[in-house]
Amino acid sequence: MKPRSMGVNAVSLLAMLFLYGPIIVLVLYSFNAAHLSMTWRGATLKWYAALWHDEALLAATANSLLIALVSTIGATSLGGLLALGMEQMPRRRQQILEGGLVLPLVIPEVMMGVALMLLFVTVHMPLGLTTVILGHIVFNIPLVTIMIRTRLRKLDPMLREAAADLGADAWQVFRYVTLPLLRPAIWGAVLVAFTVSLDDFLVTFFTAGPGATTLPLKVYSMIKSGVTPEINALSALLLGVSMMGVAGSLYLQRREV
Amino acid sequence: MPSDDVSHTSVAQDSCRSCWLAAPGLLWLALFFLVPLGLVFTISFASRGTYGGIVWEFTWANYVDLLHPLYGKILAQSLWYATLTTAICFLLGFPLAYVIARSPARWQPVLLLLVMLPFWTNFLVRTYAWMILLRHDGLTNNVLLALGLITEPLELLYTPTAVVIGLVYGYLPFMVLPLYVAVERLDPVLVEAAWDLYASRWAVLTRVVMPLTMPGIVGGCILVFIPSIGSFITPDLLGGARSMMIGNLIQHEYLVVRDWPLGSAVSFVLMAIVMAAVVLYYRQASRGDGPLEGR
Repeated sequence: MKPRSMGVNAVSLLAMLFLYGPIIVLVLYSFNAAHLSMTWRGATLKWYAALWHDEALLAATANSLLIALVSTIGATSLGGLLALGMEQMPRRRQQILEGGLVLPLVIPEVMMGVALMLLFVTVHMPLGLTTVILGHIVFNIPLVTIMIRTRLRKLDPMLREAAADLGADAWQVFRYVTLPLLRPAIWGAVLVAFTVSLDDFLVTFFTAGPGATTLPLKVYSMIKSGVTPEINALSALLLGVSMMGVAGSLYLQRREV
Repeated sequence: MPSDDVSHTSVAQDSCRSCWLAAPGLLWLALFFLVPLGLVFTISFASRGTYGGIVWEFTWANYVDLLHPLYGKILAQSLWYATLTTAICFLLGFPLAYVIARSPARWQPVLLLLVMLPFWTNFLVRTYAWMILLRHDGLTNNVLLALGLITEPLELLYTPTAVVIGLVYGYLPFMVLPLYVAVERLDPVLVEAAWDLYASRWAVLTRVVMPLTMPGIVGGCILVFIPSIGSFITPDLLGGARSMMIGNLIQHEYLVVRDWPLGSAVSFVLMAIVMAAVVLYYRQASRGDGPLEGR
């Protein structure tokens, strides 16, 4: 084996430090008692407590949760059905659709945001919670479809064959064989869609009206209007929530594959 | 795959009925993705009315306007930041991917997860973390001052440097994943053979390891370049007025200047760059992954 180079190990350690350093610093400073300066003045939970009394913040949280919930339900149903429908198509058409599904994921988010805004303004639809939800479903459908397709492909076709041979009709095969086997993937997709929706800034930024402020929009305006220690606390909380969402999703997808 | 063919023929009777399941999702994407893009495309050939509305008259004027040095500068700057970001991600990501791919098999998934986890957290918040680090009275300056390396605080935030740091931070995981896959596939025997033949460290790297992992290198570079060139949050928060990127120009034209036709034209230039990168990526991926591919 190649002699391990010290340099290679050092650079990779540096890269890991680079990935986690800022996050760790942010979380540490969310407990810092100092109001303005970056010097450490002892640990406190008062910034977290302050979040509880911020009415606007609580309203933004409610908006975020509502948007994430509705768009997750919408995207999981539409995306799940899309995955099931695609499975029956000729291979060539599947490949074309697969290529197309990547588009909403690679296109710059700022462009997706302005395009949706333009659509809603053109059809005179007032910007608000509804428009944000419609937009979130768009970027969540491909995520859900891709995740559920991955699982569908791993399923043994013999299981469905066997059920059909034993007299199950198409619906029964789906209800009693395919669906139970897909369940972990579906819940994984739900968690990812929920997390992505909760974290989205750009599409929301362009499609939200005055009354539809979400948590990321609130964080953005707090950052822009001047740094206060509350942002650190809020940011740390958001980091925690998305990490848990992703960890949960990975756990579900790994299980019994 | 014979088993696949069997299942296809046996469910052929109701195949069309199942195909319809895809319809609602596809309809949604057509309505809220393709139609809006078409709208942006159409408006990019219209012009702005005196009071900010849209005048529906075909013109190339918006694209001609983009040749103005001011816009040209922002475009060139964006390409430069994205390229620099890609290069730095490669320099950091290659050793990291190498170490992960050569570590004990049971550690590999854990290490990969550690690389990916930050990516899944709120981008806005992660970018904000760099504002804390790079501020005038931020941690970086405090540490450098305390170590006596500098005598007065450096201006780090709101500079092009800050933008590139933020972009590298945001998209490094995209570089590591494809590189890991490529290094993992690389046969250690080939590297050993090179050592046995007295190749220098540099020769092993540039004449054996890199050519054999070229598909991963190209893939990783494109995956980092795409989101970098289209970024908005990073230059918006970490950059100053002089380090604007295409994404910021689009937002500026749409929401501040309210020149939607021009904003749409800028969007399409950005889209063209991204699509070119995507096509390049798929061409690279479909070229197969024979062991000597990419020489």
